[in-house]
Amino acid sequence: MTTRWFGARVQRVEDDRLLRGHGRFTDDIDDGALESCIVRSPFAHARIRSIDVTAARAMPGVAAVYTAADLPFGQTDLPILIPHPNLTHGRTQRCLASEVVRYVGEAVVFVVAESRSVAEDAAELVQVEYEPLPVVITPESAALAEHLVHDDVPGNVAAELIQEAGAVEAALAASPRRKSLHFRFERGAACPMEGRAVWARWSAAEHRLTVYDSTQSPTSIRGGLAVLFGLPESNVEVIAPDVGGGFGPKIMLFYPDELLVPFAALKLGRPVKWTEDRQEHFTAVNQERGQVHEVEVGFDDDGKLIALDVDFIHDGGAYTPYGIILPIITAAQVPGPYRVPNYRVRFRDVYTNATPTSPYRGAGRPHACFVMERTLDAIAAELGLDRTEVRRRNLIEPDQFPYEVGVVWQDGNQVVYDSGDYPALVERALEMLGPRPEGDHIGMGLSPYVEGTGVGPYEGAHVQVLVSGKVVAATGIPNQGQGHATVWAQIVADQLGVDVSDVEVSSGDTRRFQWGVGTFASRAAIMAGNAMAVAAGMVAEKAKHIAAEHLEADPADLELAGGRVRVKGSPDRGIPLAAVAVLSNPMRYAFGGGTEAATQFAAKPRPGPPLLEGERPGLEATGYFSPVGSAWAAGCHAAYVRVDPKTYRLEILKYVVVHDCGRLINPLVVEGQIEGGVAQGIGGAFYERLAYDDEGQLRNASFMEFLMPYATEIPAIEIDHIETPSPLNPLGIKGAGEAGVIPVGAVLASAIEEATGVPITEMPLSPLKLFELVRAQS
Amino acid sequence: MRINGVVHAAPVDPRRLLSDHLRHDLGLTGTHVGCEHGVCGCCTVLLDGAPVRSCLMLAVQAEGHEVTTIEGLAADGAPLHPVQQAFHECQGLQCGFCTPGFVMSVVGLLAQHPNPTAQQVDEGISGNLCRCTGYASIRRAVVRAAELSPSPRRGAISESSSSSPLRAQGRGEGGTKK
Repeated sequence: MTTRWFGARVQRVEDDRLLRGHGRFTDDIDDGALESCIVRSPFAHARIRSIDVTAARAMPGVAAVYTAADLPFGQTDLPILIPHPNLTHGRTQRCLASEVVRYVGEAVVFVVAESRSVAEDAAELVQVEYEPLPVVITPESAALAEHLVHDDVPGNVAAELIQEAGAVEAALAASPRRKSLHFRFERGAACPMEGRAVWARWSAAEHRLTVYDSTQSPTSIRGGLAVLFGLPESNVEVIAPDVGGGFGPKIMLFYPDELLVPFAALKLGRPVKWTEDRQEHFTAVNQERGQVHEVEVGFDDDGKLIALDVDFIHDGGAYTPYGIILPIITAAQVPGPYRVPNYRVRFRDVYTNATPTSPYRGAGRPHACFVMERTLDAIAAELGLDRTEVRRRNLIEPDQFPYEVGVVWQDGNQVVYDSGDYPALVERALEMLGPRPEGDHIGMGLSPYVEGTGVGPYEGAHVQVLVSGKVVAATGIPNQGQGHATVWAQIVADQLGVDVSDVEVSSGDTRRFQWGVGTFASRAAIMAGNAMAVAAGMVAEKAKHIAAEHLEADPADLELAGGRVRVKGSPDRGIPLAAVAVLSNPMRYAFGGGTEAATQFAAKPRPGPPLLEGERPGLEATGYFSPVGSAWAAGCHAAYVRVDPKTYRLEILKYVVVHDCGRLINPLVVEGQIEGGVAQGIGGAFYERLAYDDEGQLRNASFMEFLMPYATEIPAIEIDHIETPSPLNPLGIKGAGEAGVIPVGAVLASAIEEATGVPITEMPLSPLKLFELVRAQS
Repeated sequence: MRINGVVHAAPVDPRRLLSDHLRHDLGLTGTHVGCEHGVCGCCTVLLDGAPVRSCLMLAVQAEGHEVTTIEGLAADGAPLHPVQQAFHECQGLQCGFCTPGFVMSVVGLLAQHPNPTAQQVDEGISGNLCRCTGYASIRRAVVRAAELSPSPRRGAISESSSSSPLRAQGRGEGGTKK
């Protein structure tokens, strides 16, 4: 394999149509579709006394109004996506609520009409009578369990899990120094710029259901719909077209609309579409980040960790559709890049009367990083040591890999770091950060971190050389802006010796590739990237074997380069890939781009049938990749910030990132991921707080009040890379999607604490929160 | 109204938003809708050369005006407009959803400030939200677009249009920010 494209700063191949306004997002698809809207609960917890849809049904232009009673699956609990033995009291919602609603925004009635405005007008005629019930909104109050979110879940505890590596009680007792710490995180939201949307069409003639869905997992949606509607999977097509950002919450099986829209299309025999509006996005789409941590740490006079005991509550929201992945990730990631000889972690995943939680970029990792880094800062403060020096003394050394942490990972296996050089990341970050700027009210923060990436089980890819010589490559994993089409094309182009522009990539379309899992957990590059390399490698081998016959050469002496299969060392002796594609199909009438070239290599007579045993027509192959374990990326962020002493506005004077995601496929794409992640991290640390009141009402469900950063809040970010290849996949790559977010809160907290002199133990902050903290201290 | 140079005389429902009219009546789906309350800037189009939020305008308010959407910047098959080209070169986009709004804002910005200062760049794009890029690459794209633009006064964009009362009014717009 030549490596001409892998590692190069290749400009993205998907940009042109997006820049011309020719992208195709779900709401852009129309085709005479009926439109719809969802009547949602205005209460965080209430019993439904009655639902009257008579007036809505009678309204001209209304095609259908559905309540739970109208759905054949109306009394079916939606699935728990990832069950776990410790999830003893898992609960999921039903497609439409008919008895009890447990969060503001829970779906109750579905209205389908000739237009969106008619649907919305009809929705206003729906009469639902509610009997309000007591509301549980904070994780602390959930744990106290004065009121229950689910009558049959004692203590509001969905799951409890305790893990221990070493002997924490004894080690704490023997520690020369101990500290107790408390940390708190409030909810935030991913807020992709495109909300969610679903479009569906039932073709009675073809007996075929076609669904466009702004999802991160079309193959799983397809599997679920086929079961629900009793159709063979081959009669259900699910396509994630252009998706306007995902960041986690666009993967969920199922959001009610993902069932309601196809159901209505089946019933009504017309395409049906639903497009979320921004206000409903704020309560109907999963959220994350609510956790409360109690930490007990034992350490010696040199600042070396001896024991760490973490007990935390995870705010699961009203239901647990996604299982307990989030607290499992937090529990696994608290030790981060440090040696923690004795580690115990207990969590309780508790129900609250708020939107369910599921992974949002970072997915439990920012909390874990914050807890560890704030703990190290507290140790440094107590001992009067330099914060970075305390980190140096505890970092895992480069010769300690593979490194076992002693707790389980989200895939059920033990956490084992595969490779890395954490001290190098810290030293490079310090070097890039440079001297402290002049002035007052300035603080410095630094945080290394690790990120488990690329969980299995598998992804696959299909690669085919067309008779035009162009290459099509398809994978089931969908794209939400990460530049997949470019990086897959780079990998395939290298294997086949063609130009990146000759490779057309399809992703997230079950018509093109029907197996796969989804885009989450920083897994796309590792999983689909390696699958692309496998499939394209198989195509290359096949091309060599076909060409070898015609070039009268040994396949081992051939190579693919410049769009040709040629003899190594004699580049003139070769045959275009297009011609090989023609020859790969022993049909009677050849046509297509490579035909003319192929005729000079007319099929040579050979004994037996034209397709020998085991041969298949076509220059194509399907390949899969399945990892033995996660690849652990790492990095270090550092910053200087200034906090205005009057307004408490945050000014980020310098922000540097050193990042290690193994071998880089495309630095341009990785840097885009990091820059975007840091911005989201800054938003989550200082601006974006979902403000629920005691009644469970979200008080800032709009972009006017939920303050996502604009360009004016986000500084320039300096990025450098080191590469420690992962030994766990052939390409040596590690995931990069979430890295930008993870340590931002920890870095800013450390810097703000130094700048203001007040202890920072919670996220997110805001100018007002800082002002209150400073005032409370003085 | 004229849209991308073509006169459209079809009647429009009085309560139809300009954004919905463009997307659903005329099929110009390059203009995206991200919040419907004038904050995110995804729906930004040019009205007589100045950036406006098409989700805060009724279609009928555009009567007698020239509307330019993302589809109007470069003809199919023709090279990209310098701002589009710069976004490509600098990876000023990822998912592409906010991109048409950013591109239209930057076209408006460069018409006003052909060689913008760093502060003018930030202010010029501070009426648009992006959740993917972290803005750094968009800033670079604005600088690059200024380099690529053939002359300070391109197309039909006029300096005076910046005083339009319909100018974008999100919470982050220019000098009114916070």
